[in-house]
Amino acid sequence: MALQNANPVIHERKATRRQRPSIGDESAVEEIDALEHLRDIRDPEHPYSLEQLNVLAEEGIEVDDKQSSVLTLPRLRVRKIPGKLFVCGSWIILAVNKQLNDKERVVAAMENPYLAQTVRDCLAPLEEYE
Amino acid sequence: MEAIQELEGHTDRVWSVAWNPVASSSNRSVLASCGGDKTVRIWEGDCSDSSSSSSSSSWSCKAVIDSFKRTVRSCHWSPDGKLLATACFDGIGAVWEDVGGDYECVATLEGHENEMKSIAWSASGTLLATCGRDKSVWIWEMEAENDFQTVSVLNGHSQDVKTVLFHPTEDILVSSSYDNSIKVWAPDPNGDDWSCVQTLAEPNQGHSSTVWSVAFDADGKRMVSCSDDLLLVVWDTSTNPLESSWLSFIILLPLIFKFCLFRKHLCTLSGYHERTIYSVHWSRRSGLIASAAGDDAIRVFAEANDPSYTSRAVFSMVGKQQKAHSTDVNCVRWHPKDDDILASAGDDGLVKLWRILS
Repeated sequence: MALQNANPVIHERKATRRQRPSIGDESAVEEIDALEHLRDIRDPEHPYSLEQLNVLAEEGIEVDDKQSSVLTLPRLRVRKIPGKLFVCGSWIILAVNKQLNDKERVVAAMENPYLAQTVRDCLAPLEEYE
Repeated sequence: MEAIQELEGHTDRVWSVAWNPVASSSNRSVLASCGGDKTVRIWEGDCSDSSSSSSSSSWSCKAVIDSFKRTVRSCHWSPDGKLLATACFDGIGAVWEDVGGDYECVATLEGHENEMKSIAWSASGTLLATCGRDKSVWIWEMEAENDFQTVSVLNGHSQDVKTVLFHPTEDILVSSSYDNSIKVWAPDPNGDDWSCVQTLAEPNQGHSSTVWSVAFDADGKRMVSCSDDLLLVVWDTSTNPLESSWLSFIILLPLIFKFCLFRKHLCTLSGYHERTIYSVHWSRRSGLIASAAGDDAIRVFAEANDPSYTSRAVFSMVGKQQKAHSTDVNCVRWHPKDDDILASAGDDGLVKLWRILS
C-alpha cells in the first residue's frame, strides 16, 4: 500500500505526565492513561509516533467505557482489547473502524505472523512503561 | 435460565457449538465445539444432570480433533448425525466420521483463498455449502462415498461472508455477510448451477452493518438474522407465493415457477442488545429464539401473536442471562430434542449448558 502521508509534519513530543490527578476525577484519569498508552505508538509507515504526527493530542481524547473504545481526534477509534490497546496504522478511518470492531477479522489477521510482528513493532515503544 | 453444566477443555475462545441431531436424546446428548485453540471437541453427557461438581458430572470430553492448522470457526453435523463438517481459517473444509471413538477425516473441501468462516449441510445431507473472507460461497455435492465435488462457486457478496445455511426442507441456501446483506441462492431451472435469487439489504428493511448469522424456524417459513447493528430481523420466507399477502394479487404469476421466493421483512427487534449479536438460533420445538451477543448475555425471545397471521410478527424478550459468559458469547444452539436446553460458546473458552425455566 502506497504511503498516504509521504511528507508528514512532525510535532514535538510533550513530556510524559507522571502525576495523576485527584481521585474522583475518574474520566480524566482514564483519558490521561489512554494518552500515555497511545502517544508513543509508532506508525508502521513512518519512524515517528502517533503524537509526533499530531494524530493524537491530549485535547482530543475521550474514553468511551460503554463501547470499550477510546476516541481520539481525528476520530481514530482504538479498540480496547482486555489488557492491550490495538492500533492500526492505516488512515482510512471509517473502513478501519468497522474492521477493528470485527473481532473475527482481527483474530484471523493476528494469526498472520507478519501482521502480528508489525503490530508488535508498533507497540514496542510502550514496553518501557510496563 | 439456569446454568446446568460448564464444559472446560478449550484453551482459547470457543467459536461454535453443534448438537448431534440424532445421537442427542433425553438421557444422552452429544455436542461438538470448536475454537481458537485449533481443536474440535466432542462432549457427551446427560442433560438432566445438573451437578456442578466435575467429578460426579455425567459430562466428559469424548474426543479431541487437533490436527487443524488454524482456528476452527464453525462445525455442523450432517442430518443423519454420522458426519461432522468443520470450517477452518486455513480455508479448508473437512468432513469427519467417528470410527470407533476416534474421528477420522473422510473428505476435505479445498478451494477458498483464505479463511473459511462457515459450513452447512443441506436437508438431504448430499450438499455442503461453505463461505469465507474471499467473499465467495461454494456449493459441494457428495458424488460418491465421502467424495465431494464443487457444484458452484457463487460470487455476489462484496465482502467477507460470515455464515451459510440451507433451508430446512428445500434446496435453498442463505448467506450473510460483512457487506450488511443476506443473499438467497437457488439452483437454476436446468439444475446445472446456482445463482442469487434475492438480496435482503438495507432497502428491504435489512441490516446496516455486518450480518453475523441467520436461523430458520422449524418449517423454514420464517428466518431470523442477527447483526453488528444490534438488531434481530425476522423475515417471511414461506415459499408459497399465495401465502405472501402482497403477492396474492399477482394472478399472472405461474404456479410452476417454484422459485418465486420473495422474502419480506416481518419484524425488527431493537433496543435489546448492547453489543454485536454474533449468533441466533430458532428452536425447532418450542419456537423460541435465542441470541448470543458481545455484551456477554444470552437472550430468549418468544412470539407474542398468532403465528398463522403471516403478514406481521410480534416478538418479545422472555428471558435474559447477563454474564452468561465472562466475555462475549459467540454461539447459541437449542437442543434438538429437549425444549428447555440451550448450549452456548464464549470467548472465555467455555461451553455452557442452560435450562430455560418457565
